[in-house]
Amino acid sequence: MMKMEEILKVFAPHRGDAIVVSGRANRHWDKISTNKNRDLSLGDPAMGGHASFALGLALAQPNKKIVLFDSEGDLQMSMGALSMIADQMPKNFVHFVLDNECYGTTGGQPVPNAKNIAYDVIAKGCGYASSYAYTNLESFQVNVKRIMEENGPVFVAMKIIPEIENLPIGQRAPRLGKTKEQSVADLRKELGVNN
Amino acid sequence: MTTEGSLSPEIVLAEMKKHGITHVVWLPDSETNWLYTLMKADPTITLVPVPREGLAFSCAAGLYIGGAKPVILIQNTGLMESGDSMRGWTMGLNIPVVLMVGYRGYTRHGVNRDTAATYTEPFLNAFHIQYYLVENSEDAPRISVAFEEAQKNKRPVAVLVGDEYHGFNR
Repeated sequence: MMKMEEILKVFAPHRGDAIVVSGRANRHWDKISTNKNRDLSLGDPAMGGHASFALGLALAQPNKKIVLFDSEGDLQMSMGALSMIADQMPKNFVHFVLDNECYGTTGGQPVPNAKNIAYDVIAKGCGYASSYAYTNLESFQVNVKRIMEENGPVFVAMKIIPEIENLPIGQRAPRLGKTKEQSVADLRKELGVNN
Repeated sequence: MTTEGSLSPEIVLAEMKKHGITHVVWLPDSETNWLYTLMKADPTITLVPVPREGLAFSCAAGLYIGGAKPVILIQNTGLMESGDSMRGWTMGLNIPVVLMVGYRGYTRHGVNRDTAATYTEPFLNAFHIQYYLVENSEDAPRISVAFEEAQKNKRPVAVLVGDEYHGFNR
């Protein structure tokens, strides 16, 4: 099991000019990232959609690397996104899944069959170009450069220590960083798109 | 290709292409199969098949934010499955996208035998989604109205395709 924040710190030097869809990792990524115009922090528009959203971005920007920090709860809601992504085979897509084995923002209840799912095997079986699974930081550290250089879609399952939130939504600390609207506007400006 | 009282897939595609669509995010249904054949042969359009309709909305949001111009092509059954995704990924992110929705069960005479048709318009009304019914080729300009409205209001707008392209509803 790894700490989410430490994974992101290991990843950060290898980011290059990739666009990062930070998902539930934004609570740490916002403090680590040094290229915020290429960060897309959307909060949680609707659970289950992050992977297919990032696919859309990867298809629209085939010459830019797209990195998604997904969660296993989100992925379980729409496992079919894996076959959808593999069908398109975006070479520019790196799909991390931060697997804390639970719904961390609702009190830590386990996701279905939390401890017994090999998400990397499922991704590979769906047709991803390559897939990996890490349970310790040292192994990830050794391989992250190669992962970021590979042709995608690349899937990386990471076992992480849960960070449980148990306060009612209205009592939680406000989200870090920009609003989702500002995040979208800044990225579109950075990409020079005005469709 | 058009004949009075039927909906030509060539005309539907031409209407969509007027608005510069780049990607069709879709799940097949009987209403759209003939259109699929045409789209597949068109080198200017990328087809993105989805395994469940809710994923079409999140994917379309990513496409739009990245600078592409997606259209969503699904059946009314799948539209109803997609409620939260439509809310969060398109309405919540101000995504202008047209939903071409196969109106399964629609009958012009209004006697429904299929609850998919019964709940389609109440569903769209519940989400405050503007929609236009297209039954034949003469209705096709409404597709352009939907594109213009989506772009203006930065919201999804639906086109209900109330006819299979071969006109089985009559």
